[in-house]
Amino acid sequence: MTKITLEVNGKKVSKDVADHTLLSVFLRDNLNLTGTHVGCDTSQCGACVVHVNGKSIKSCSTLAADIDGSKVTTIEGLAKDGKLHPMQEAFKKTHGLQCGFCTPGMVMSAVDLLQTKKNPSEQEIREWLEGNICRCTGYQNIVAAVKEASTKM
Amino acid sequence: MKTFNYHVPKAVKEASKLASTSSAFLAGGMTTIPSLKLGLATYKDIIDIKSIKKLSGIKVSGKSVTIGATTKHAEVAASKEVQKAIPALAKLAGNIGDAQVRNRGTIGGSISNNDPSACYPSACMALNATIHTNSRKISASKFFTGMFETALKKGELVEAVEFEVPEKADYQKHPNPASRYAIIGVFVAKNKKEVNVAVTGAKSSVYIDKDLSKKLTSSFSSSSIEGIKLDHSEMNSDMHASSEYRANLVSLYAKKAVEAC
Ligand SMILES: Cc1cc2nc3c(=O)[nH]c(=O)nc-3n(C[C@H](O)[C@H](O)[C@H](O)COP(=O)(O)OP(=O)(O)OC[C@H]3O[C@@H](n4cnc5c(N)ncnc54)[C@H](O)[C@@H]3O)c2cc1C
Ligand code: FES
Ligand code: FES
Repeated sequence: MTKITLEVNGKKVSKDVADHTLLSVFLRDNLNLTGTHVGCDTSQCGACVVHVNGKSIKSCSTLAADIDGSKVTTIEGLAKDGKLHPMQEAFKKTHGLQCGFCTPGMVMSAVDLLQTKKNPSEQEIREWLEGNICRCTGYQNIVAAVKEASTKM
Repeated sequence: MKTFNYHVPKAVKEASKLASTSSAFLAGGMTTIPSLKLGLATYKDIIDIKSIKKLSGIKVSGKSVTIGATTKHAEVAASKEVQKAIPALAKLAGNIGDAQVRNRGTIGGSISNNDPSACYPSACMALNATIHTNSRKISASKFFTGMFETALKKGELVEAVEFEVPEKADYQKHPNPASRYAIIGVFVAKNKKEVNVAVTGAKSSVYIDKDLSKKLTSSFSSSSIEGIKLDHSEMNSDMHASSEYRANLVSLYAKKAVEAC
């Protein structure tokens, strides 16, 4: 067991975790933040993407103990005062989702892109979202959502 | 996932001492964690080396680029100094996997794992890299010894990788559409004395294609390797690509790389 302290969506949490606890498991099972999804066993689908100290990473492939002391933002932490984040608004507006399984990871990944690149081209958006797989939409409206959000962020 | 003990040593000596036949170092974890999850590997001890400060960072001199073992792919890709000294190396790092893999995966983990379709090993071979460990210096040509195998001994830690700055270089990869690993990848480097064509993805481990390297050393132009037929008998054949197809891709991508130099 290891005692870890994290700041998750602005709130401090301290808990004892088994050394092999994945960050995705910690978020979902210990903190009940089930917005972070787990879609694969092979680190390839991106449904589990969250931000650790501002950078997007795959929570299914990171140990909770490994990020002790870090700031974590999950999909639940994006909306502020009951108002959706511009990226969430854009996904809603452009129909960037169907079943919604991939959406938390897509949104977290896309927010990270816009932090580093203000006005990405369609090509740059598609390359950045390489690690996020969607079985429903065919990606067109997801790319449109990120474009839309880039004019608002 | 089976349980293990998680250690966070602050110094190389301590990390090396903790190592056993049933341990793994943890850098980016982008190979180790998926393998543990799938039950492909089990360890008693996981030794996280990311808190060892001296293992991270990039140093560029006129003749060489030295990258610390725990430096992430995203850091190499974004480094202005690497982009200037060896643009092909920054490009290679920026095309590994996806953004989230690049935010965690490290050069030390990549070369120590020596996946037959990993990108960095080809750069090490083509750029005559020297692998600095906690006990010795190993030339790339002696480091990669076989499929998922290296010259590293138990408890031996890669500290940094030192690349020679070439006159020109380029890396071209035909990625697996799902994982982005190389179905084949070709790193061409025009060094002072010779041209090296290093190939990954095609065989059980990275190698220098002697034919292509020799032809390009005598004349560095894509026409000198035009239409060259490579022996495919030792090449991988799987659901992604037959050995014949891989052989064709290698000569095609070598040409592309020369043209992009
Ligand atoms: C979806 C996905 C796509 C990927 N695509 C690509 C790709 O396109 N191209 C590519 O090249 N790679 C790719 N990778 C691999 C990735 O780039 C990592 O480099 C690789 O997983 C290993 O690096 P790591 O830092 O994560 O190592 P870890 O997983 O932490 O460690 C891997 C192994 O190396 C050992 N090790 C780690 N550091 C050291 C050290 N300093 N000294 C000695 N031993 C050490 C560990 O003991 C372990 O056995 C991909 C991975 C994923 C999950
Ligand atoms: S759950 Fe698929 S990449 Fe993390
Ligand atoms: S909306 Fe269903 S997987 Fe993307």
